[in-house]
Amino acid sequence: MLKRINGQDDMTGAEVAIRDADFPLPFVSGLEYNAPARGLWNIVHTGMLVPESHQVFACARGCLRGVILTAAEMLEMGRMSWVSVEKNDFFDGSLERNIVDGTAEIVRKLPHKPRAVLLFISCVHLFAGCDFEAILNELRAEFPDIDFIDCYMNPTMRKSGLTPDQLMRRQLYAPFAPCPAEPKTMNLIGNDRPTDDSSELVKLIKTAGWELRDITLCRTYDEYLRMAKSALEITYLPTAKASGDALEKRLGRKHLYLPLSYDFDEIERNLNLLADALGVAAPDWSEAKRNALRALEHAKEIIGDTPVEIDYTATPRHIGLAALLAEHGFNVTRVYTDAMIEEERPAFERLRTLAPDLLLTATVHPKMRFAGKGVHERGDVLAIGQKAAYFSGTKHFVNIVSGGGMYGFDGVARLAERMIEAATHEQDTEVVIQHKGLGCRSCL
Amino acid sequence: MKQTARIISIHAADTSGVCSMLYELGGMVVVHDASGCNSTYSTHDEPRWYRQDSMIYISALTETDAILGNDEKLIADVAAAARDLSPRFIALCGAPVPLLAGTDFPAVAAEIEARTGIPAFGLHTGGIRSYLAGASEALEAVMSHFCTDSLPRTAAPSVNIIGATPLDFSVNGMVESMIEWLKRSGFELVSCMAMGSTLDDIRRASVAHVNLVVSSCGIATAELLRKRFGTPWVAGVPVGERFPAVLASALKTAAETGACALPCAERDASGSGKTLVIPGESIFSGSLARAIELDAGVPCRVLCPLEAEDRLLAPGDLRISDEDEVAAAFAEASGVIADPMYAPVCPPDVPFIRLPHEAFSGRCYRKETLNLIDRPLPWRL
Repeated sequence: MLKRINGQDDMTGAEVAIRDADFPLPFVSGLEYNAPARGLWNIVHTGMLVPESHQVFACARGCLRGVILTAAEMLEMGRMSWVSVEKNDFFDGSLERNIVDGTAEIVRKLPHKPRAVLLFISCVHLFAGCDFEAILNELRAEFPDIDFIDCYMNPTMRKSGLTPDQLMRRQLYAPFAPCPAEPKTMNLIGNDRPTDDSSELVKLIKTAGWELRDITLCRTYDEYLRMAKSALEITYLPTAKASGDALEKRLGRKHLYLPLSYDFDEIERNLNLLADALGVAAPDWSEAKRNALRALEHAKEIIGDTPVEIDYTATPRHIGLAALLAEHGFNVTRVYTDAMIEEERPAFERLRTLAPDLLLTATVHPKMRFAGKGVHERGDVLAIGQKAAYFSGTKHFVNIVSGGGMYGFDGVARLAERMIEAATHEQDTEVVIQHKGLGCRSCL
Repeated sequence: MKQTARIISIHAADTSGVCSMLYELGGMVVVHDASGCNSTYSTHDEPRWYRQDSMIYISALTETDAILGNDEKLIADVAAAARDLSPRFIALCGAPVPLLAGTDFPAVAAEIEARTGIPAFGLHTGGIRSYLAGASEALEAVMSHFCTDSLPRTAAPSVNIIGATPLDFSVNGMVESMIEWLKRSGFELVSCMAMGSTLDDIRRASVAHVNLVVSSCGIATAELLRKRFGTPWVAGVPVGERFPAVLASALKTAAETGACALPCAERDASGSGKTLVIPGESIFSGSLARAIELDAGVPCRVLCPLEAEDRLLAPGDLRISDEDEVAAAFAEASGVIADPMYAPVCPPDVPFIRLPHEAFSGRCYRKETLNLIDRPLPWRL
């Protein structure tokens, strides 16, 4: 039985018609609610991508608990250890010493020596002026055959530079040292799931005779280190761009940012840029485009005028996706987003014209506490993303995060297929969306 | 080594204790933090989060606001949300960065109360102590403010349960079973602090003849009610077959004499050699230890990794502060009854019985949680 305590129905401040919305921040920031959709990866999930590595978190109990239980739920407690921070550590000079001694003892006790240790410090360490470099130097001296990677759990600094997610994706490749490049090898950087083999991106790389390397496909630490020798870095998620830029600077490799997009012109432009970088002629994309259009038309026939709601966790280009669907006749009624990225500005302007009544709805606004589980009855909804599923209360949703590994024209076609599947099959929303880290193993 | 663990979990933090204790009381709880505390709490520490609405929020603290001491943003944001949502009270608590910055939460709360007219409390968390500390302070603050009237006692014997949160009792029917047991034992329930009762229910706490403290986070409130209304308290959880009768008798005696009692700690395993060991919250673990001794005749000692007053522990019980001490105590035991996340440090030749504790393993083993209230223990010991 669902309980509501205040019956808040006035959504002023928590939703706005796109015609009236400001870009990129449609809502005033304030207190924040945390909706129970857990599919987005956090820094623990991402860090676990480094094969044969071990994570050590140094932070206060409140922060530790979340990361420890993330590892526990994904059945990886054997790769997670911790050093807690106590109040006196800030006053008696033991902050750095505790981390060095604690981490060293953990490493000595591990049944198998890891190839890399991801050592995380937190907001309070940075706030207290912790000398992380000294900590790392001492550990590297004691364990010269282990790569110690400096990592950060610092959400307090999320508006002061890179977000923790961006920082994590950058540090994921920190052990890569300058070395000669191997011809015709390239990296897909910063993704937390493999990109579909059917995508034009992967197909083009392979037909051009290039070897595609991706941390999501690495099984050993040596395979992972071989990525340092790749001649080309490609990113397509906004949160991965800083990672590609860092590798370009440090390794002297070319970095191409080919953003995930739902705009056919931008997709074609990206794929042509890729062909150019690979040294091959750009194929004719007409057939791929036609396939995507046919898939959209087919999905529209099945989904009809069912309201479609999209959230920002499904794809970083959620406004662009809404615009694509609206352009092809779908009844897109709502997009859940708290802030938009600058890349989305053209799509935002397009969508404002296409569907001026479409609602932008916050996910963190305090009123959203009382807007979940479909309490604002809207009949059948097809949701794209877990938060849209939660707020709309639908059992029909496309269960993806961060683009779901779909890319290009093929990505559009695949997403259309996933929409049909969602429209025609129910899922247990409460169970599915509460599993942490979509795609990871789970003990739940 | 202190403050270090290779493989075991850590108990929920004080901020989660605050939120868990106040969840059902119609107030607004704001954790002054960037994001982690609320995400951890709502994902791992709060089984009610999906189905039951409660005004638990974070302030979304930023580095700039922390460094510049921009408390005005916190005050204005809380006041704005309170105007929209009309909570019965507002509780503020902080994560590690505000602790380090020295944020004066009582002062911030006073300013919010002045602006909104809604009772507001500033609590002294920092994301460093355990859930027990936060839950204790939160409940005491609310009761101190709202439970001021000395009302006539009920005609029939009656009781408040103090200290119940899902962190210690999950949502598997244990609290409901305790209430049923109280009824069968001849007690009327006035309120359960704080699962299943409203703020108005717990405001009437003074009508009870005696208070049953089921977690050490309830001791401070029980003491407050004792000092304010003369209500005695008894510490224990009615687990197993025989201990519930002992506890019921202690409640009756306390109601009659006005003297407090701790049946959960009326044990002595100090001279017993190898014993079963039970790590966990002191009142629940102590009650289970007593129940096992009564039902199976097996000596037990409690391993206490959390804050607990000395009087809650019995001779032979041990305070433990890190993974090495846990492992050493397990190695000396005849058996272990503990949360499954302790299993990796239990020697293979020491029998290990799984008893999930949500405050330690979160939702990982929620499906395995056991309702041990007033029934035979499910193990052959």
